Amino acid sequence: MSTISREEVAHLARLARLEVTDDELDAFAGQLDVILESMKTLGEVDTEGVQPTSHAVPLVNVLREDQPQPSLPRDAVLAGGPDTAEGRFRVPRILDEEA
Amino acid sequence: MTKLNTYEAAVAAYEPVLGLETHIELDTNTKMFCGCSTTFGAEPNTQVCPVCLALPGALPVANKAAVEATIKIGLALNCRIAEWTRFARKNYFYPDMPKNFQTSQYEEPLCEDGYVEVTVDGESYRVEIERVHLEEDTGKTLHVGGATGRIHGATESLVDYNRAGIPLVEIVTRPVPGTGALAPEVARAYTAELRDIVRSLGVSDVRMEQGSLRCDVNLSLNKSGDEWGTRTETKNVNSLRSVERAVRYEIRRQSALLDAGDKIHQETRHFHEATGETSPGRSKEEATDYRYFPEPDLAVMEPGREWVEELRASLPEPPRQRRERLQAEWGLGDKEMQSVVNADAVDLIAATIAAGASASGAVKWWLGELSRRANESGAELGSLAITPAQVAELQGMVDDGRLNDKLARQVIDGVLAGEGGPAAVAAARGLEVVSDTGALEAAVDEAIAANPDVAEKIRGGKHAAAGALIGAVMKATKGQADAGTVRQIILDKLS
Repeated sequence: MSTISREEVAHLARLARLEVTDDELDAFAGQLDVILESMKTLGEVDTEGVQPTSHAVPLVNVLREDQPQPSLPRDAVLAGGPDTAEGRFRVPRILDEEA
Repeated sequence: MTKLNTYEAAVAAYEPVLGLETHIELDTNTKMFCGCSTTFGAEPNTQVCPVCLALPGALPVANKAAVEATIKIGLALNCRIAEWTRFARKNYFYPDMPKNFQTSQYEEPLCEDGYVEVTVDGESYRVEIERVHLEEDTGKTLHVGGATGRIHGATESLVDYNRAGIPLVEIVTRPVPGTGALAPEVARAYTAELRDIVRSLGVSDVRMEQGSLRCDVNLSLNKSGDEWGTRTETKNVNSLRSVERAVRYEIRRQSALLDAGDKIHQETRHFHEATGETSPGRSKEEATDYRYFPEPDLAVMEPGREWVEELRASLPEPPRQRRERLQAEWGLGDKEMQSVVNADAVDLIAATIAAGASASGAVKWWLGELSRRANESGAELGSLAITPAQVAELQGMVDDGRLNDKLARQVIDGVLAGEGGPAAVAAARGLEVVSDTGALEAAVDEAIAANPDVAEKIRGGKHAAAGALIGAVMKATKGQADAGTVRQIILDKLS
């Protein structure tokens, strides 16, 4: 029995904007279960007194002076999008998926 | 049709709890994590680079000026500045961010636990600040195909990323209970005070109508003694007046629902400027799960205590303290000072006095004639095309007897029309008071000759009748005579 449910997989897929079929939901639930199970092994490590690590490099206060630098030419910027109009990126209607 | 209670009935039956989230765009030269310029009004997508577009391999670096500005805001709001703080990714898919996440702060904001004191109707309220954190603004979307340019009904959207990545400071209050019927006024007073504080720091122009200060209003109602109710969050509240109206509307709407035994849905609502109403947006239960995690591309920050104390020492006099000092210096009553504050004229009057005007003269022009002009054109007082120095110059000309109030108003016309400073306008338009007594005496003689019956009354001792002759002389001189002088000449001639 999976500890991660089909509904949870469907929810995660929706957040990541992935289309998943019903069959895949079952398959991924099982696979994610194995992954979570494996990761649990890490929970056995004694981390008493160890700070959680979010950054691998021990750097602090890396800040930049507030000096403008050149931006990209607009043609180069817009070349990265599939569709443009009036100097802007053109995207499909936004509310569809939320409504 | 939305049912609404009267405001009086609503606040008699329920106690409101307020909460305010404010976003302030900083006016740094460059964006939060890259060197792109932040100049307003540039052509779309001309101020973007690999970092703010999140192209592969781009490496963001935090803007020191933005971090300093946020620490200053935190200090001015009496917050504790974190000794260790980091950025976090807030993940969501929406075309206003090309990165598919917004770099923000989550569990470790830069500043925490502050407060702002506000006064409403002579009563003091302490609004507690939960956190002040630093994040980045999103791009601007233009909705095409809808009837009104709104998102509903749009067939597609056009996106400009110039604004994406501009430093944004979010200031979140703790829930504010205990304001009762004054909740709308307290919400407004807090927002105004916050705006004044941030403006005094010189880190943002905090203009609500231009979106550099944006407000979300949280509100819930509960019966006295009960637990707090479910809250709604109203977005898109873009003026001080709207803050007040949005709170008032939600109190009336929620109380009607509660009276009918209905539940309040925890949801985002949108404020509509035109009607003063709110309408439902996305429901909070369905709100995106943002899956925050620490931003791996940005180093953690440990603001040194020396740096923080240096910034603290650089803070200007707090606006509230400054207002109290100026009120005493200017000799204004509480009501008069409140009018000055409401008209957003404190700095203008202070600058006018600094340029040489008397306090009473400066207050008179800014609160009187100039406020009227601003109201007429729907502009803010500060955006009128007249400087405090010019107002001081104008008042000086009145004090010297070179202008009377009527002429001064005509000079203002010229200055606002861009014809130059007061002296230049007066000269060009020929608006100086006629001080040539010969010319005035001739005008008085004409007026007497044209109004023999009036002249007779004055000879008979009815000095009040002189008004009609003064009027005739003023008309003949196109208002360019000093009424007092004219009156004296008339009485001299007819006694």
